[in-house]
Amino acid sequence: MAAAIAGRLTAAHVLEYPYRRSVGPVLGAFFTGLTERRVTGVKARDGRILVPPVEYDPDTGEAISEMVEVGPGGVVTTWAWVEKPRRKHPLDRPFAWALIRLDGAGSAMLHVVDAGSAAAMETGMRVRPRWKDEPEGNIRDIVCFEPE
Amino acid sequence: MARREVAIVGFAQSASVRRETALNEVEMLMPILGEAKAQAGLRGPEIGFTVSGSCDYLAGQPFAFVSALDAVGAWPPIAESHVEMDGAWALYEAWVKLQTGEADSALVYAFGKSSMGDLPEVLTLQLDPYTAAPLWPDAIALAALQARAYLEKTGRSERDLAAVAVRSRRAAAANPKAQVRTTADVETLLATPYLASPLRAHDCPPISDGCAALVLACGEAVRRSAMPPVWIRGIDHRIEAHALGVRDLAASPSTRLAGEKAGATPGGVDLAELHAPFTHQELILRDALGLGADVDVNPSGGALAANPMMVAGLIRIGEAAARLAAGAGRRALAHATSGPCLQQNLVCVLERD
Repeated sequence: MAAAIAGRLTAAHVLEYPYRRSVGPVLGAFFTGLTERRVTGVKARDGRILVPPVEYDPDTGEAISEMVEVGPGGVVTTWAWVEKPRRKHPLDRPFAWALIRLDGAGSAMLHVVDAGSAAAMETGMRVRPRWKDEPEGNIRDIVCFEPE
Repeated sequence: MARREVAIVGFAQSASVRRETALNEVEMLMPILGEAKAQAGLRGPEIGFTVSGSCDYLAGQPFAFVSALDAVGAWPPIAESHVEMDGAWALYEAWVKLQTGEADSALVYAFGKSSMGDLPEVLTLQLDPYTAAPLWPDAIALAALQARAYLEKTGRSERDLAAVAVRSRRAAAANPKAQVRTTADVETLLATPYLASPLRAHDCPPISDGCAALVLACGEAVRRSAMPPVWIRGIDHRIEAHALGVRDLAASPSTRLAGEKAGATPGGVDLAELHAPFTHQELILRDALGLGADVDVNPSGGALAANPMMVAGLIRIGEAAARLAAGAGRRALAHATSGPCLQQNLVCVLERD
């Protein structure tokens, strides 16, 4: 870059937050579960299992931490078809964004469905996760969901 | 403590453009701030409180908002604040400040140059950093999930969404500050491809650079204004859960509650400016606020015609006030939103004497 124009001073501008963060006991349990190809949620005060889990009840604000396994299959509650994926999207071919309520869960999680075409998608369809070969403990351990 | 009556006494906005290449934020703001203050009849040193709304992520620099203070002049020292939110929430802070009695006038401004980055990716950074952002869902994808949930729940169609776009663009044709002012009909729009089904380009807002400023006053300070005062009769804002999957995306309970708290009685307004960046969101907001066919919604063209980030909500309040001041009605509702899929909502009820 500096060689482009002789005599012009240039400097790289890298925007980053180089912190290490702990994900804590609730998300930590969720991500640990993913390394074992298990999906877990947290039990809210009203009995719903929230997936992905949150540390505080969305209605009452109370701390919650009881983890319950759900899925791994589930139902699409809404979806959006992307014909031309953006460069950072999880799949490089046409796919669907979806909210997916896993079996036993009381909330839906955001992920993508590799269904081939929009014609294969519908609200209420069943899907199951496709796992990464070597899960690392993050949300991308689920590569995508696929029709059951 | 009795509530102090607060009036909007000045409002100005830049034209919204896809890419402002000649001016930086300070240069964009200076004439707009001058215009709003001149309407209010107040000079800079007379203003008791100054507050801005903007987002450092648009500039890609921490504390980028501080440099915008050059546009207001912060020496000798002024009482000043900033919210990393749309300017509508800066206006809320100013309203609270005036309620304390510590100031009798306030200057509110907002600015956003989205063209400096890749806006759909920048907006991803407002999501949960562990379970959502690593998938890089963009703003249009999330809005499309909400649109389908709404259409399937209500039985409304993509044609209904296109009708919102057509009406919005036709209204914008009379607004020199708006960016999308074409007059395509529903059939033409429905023949275009999806960006993320069920949303097409006309269902989504343009990417805009722009800014706006608004002046509030109480008591004697109101009399200095060149524009007829427009009174803020009620203002309230409410927020929903951060996690998309625990919300009912087809409705907007936070807007409904904010509307109730702000005193926006159904049918009780002549016009409404709704901050609905996506076509289906206008329909969701109309439902939540009980706005009937008799209410003139988004006579400015709304955010579908001009959507400077962090500014479009404040513009809704300013547009509604300016229209009342010009005699277009006696009572108006203005709404602003923030976050994905109408997560947070502010409702403001305005009246002229």
